[in-house]
Amino acid sequence: MANAHDYATAAPEIFLAIMAMVLLMLGVFRGNQSTRLLSWLAVATFAVALLMVLRAPMESSVSFAGMYVADSFTGFVKAMVLIAAAGGLIMSLGYIKEEGMNRFEYPVLFVLATLGMMMMVSANDLIALYMGIELQSLALYVVAAFKRDSLRSTEAGLKYFVLGALSSGMLLYGCSLIYGFTGATGFDAIASAMKGQEHASIGLIVGIVFLCAGLAFKVSAVPFHMWTPDVYEGAPTPVTAFFAVAPKIAALALFMRALIVPFVAISADWQQIIIVISVASMLLGAFAAIWQNNIKRLMGYSSIGHVGYALIGLAAGSAEGVRGVLIYLAIYVAMNLGTFACILCMRRKTGMVEGISDLAGLSKNNPMMALALAVFMFSMAGIPPLGGFFGKFYVFVAAVNAELYALAVIGVLASVVGAFYYLRIIKVMYFDEPGEPFEAPMAMEMRAIIGLCGIFVVFFAFYTAPFVASAQVAASALVP
Amino acid sequence: MIEFLQIGLGHYLTLAAVLFTIGVFGIFLNRKNVIIILMSIELMLLAVNINLVAFSAYLHDLVGQIFAMFVLTVAAGEAAIGLAILVVYFRNRGTIEVEDINLMKG
Repeated sequence: MANAHDYATAAPEIFLAIMAMVLLMLGVFRGNQSTRLLSWLAVATFAVALLMVLRAPMESSVSFAGMYVADSFTGFVKAMVLIAAAGGLIMSLGYIKEEGMNRFEYPVLFVLATLGMMMMVSANDLIALYMGIELQSLALYVVAAFKRDSLRSTEAGLKYFVLGALSSGMLLYGCSLIYGFTGATGFDAIASAMKGQEHASIGLIVGIVFLCAGLAFKVSAVPFHMWTPDVYEGAPTPVTAFFAVAPKIAALALFMRALIVPFVAISADWQQIIIVISVASMLLGAFAAIWQNNIKRLMGYSSIGHVGYALIGLAAGSAEGVRGVLIYLAIYVAMNLGTFACILCMRRKTGMVEGISDLAGLSKNNPMMALALAVFMFSMAGIPPLGGFFGKFYVFVAAVNAELYALAVIGVLASVVGAFYYLRIIKVMYFDEPGEPFEAPMAMEMRAIIGLCGIFVVFFAFYTAPFVASAQVAASALVP
Repeated sequence: MIEFLQIGLGHYLTLAAVLFTIGVFGIFLNRKNVIIILMSIELMLLAVNINLVAFSAYLHDLVGQIFAMFVLTVAAGEAAIGLAILVVYFRNRGTIEVEDINLMKG
């Protein structure tokens, strides 16, 4: 039976679940004009949940018969997920009003998706893992198709649903094989069942491969990335912003826990898979984005590349690697939220524009926005002293220390190629003939988000040490 | 003769693997109708359930059957959401042929 300790471990999730119901009932009774109120209430919910996560004790606590775990690793990741979700929701406020998606389900779906992500992060059992992923995915399928009069949005939703369901099927097939060949579904139980085994049975290897395939789908790593550019392009822009940050963090955290905790005994076997996925993602992210003209599609390819870099840390499999991934993800959140806030400000009288050529001459029409976007692009390209450089630096160091020299070299080369298309955006903004200016003034909340993300990215060099220290504590909870 | 007829774990796993493969191929080879994709997804999840229940019986462990219950429940929700998105899509496009889902090339 569940007791008080169990509930205390999952307190932020329980709070989110209750608030999702409360917001839903409020919306049902007050109708669509309450969307703005509900959105701010949802942001307040995320803030309270963030406080609960940060105040939770640091030591590892396992509850619900080993299904659920809360430690400093989950705390770190959940804090990032909640900040990303709150940022994504705040960015949506203006957009959903302008584009006729002002329906009260929107913030409720955000809360439910975030709840799913937090369950993924805390999952310590294959069943809990599956339930978390599905709660997150089912909410996200609906959000992708939320602009229901738009063909592009519904097509994006449909594609995301079909490929997402396929990936869930593969993940489950992997789970069933892992269960069958180890006799357990709990991560700790699997780890103790594997203890002392030199080599995994072939059935278990097949199960791990399927599990990796399903999780690679969720983080949109090559060769399971096909849905990403289409969904990113078709989904409403603030939804794309949300997709680009929160689910990626949660899925990468889950990826790390699901491989490192139960399969630590056979890490050499799964490391090969991760190395291949990582190299392929980095190269595709670097090369395929060069030919894109739609900035949302470009961000899709860019996020595939970023996942490749983050996976370098997982391939290293050490505490240092996990630490690198966590730092990378934190900076990735700030860069992406800021970039998408800029993209959401690309609005003319005729509506939203998404072409890279529409940015032409932005430095003359709106110098502040051009400067902010340039900072984010430099950071994504990994130019020191901006945050993006440190993110890449710590994963590459982890790879070198784990003697994965080839992986680190390919990573550096891919980031050089990738710098091309980030710099192209800066060139378009600063050196091309100005076009029709975007609608001024930018909304208050957009300025706040761009400003905060910009400060985080620009001044990261000044607080690297405390940040790395807290990431180190988080990583040591996963890899003792 | 009796031994020859006995159905063991291997048979169940083979059946599940065959069903799963049919499901995956149904998604990729089917060029006609999205409803068939939904059926293929359902087939994949049911193949997984056969796997889980077979392992559960083989290992004398109930967790597999509990897992299968969860999968069944989620599959119902997944089908409902898939059909809802499909209806919205049909209203905009007027067709649900797989070849016509090509507004964005990817």
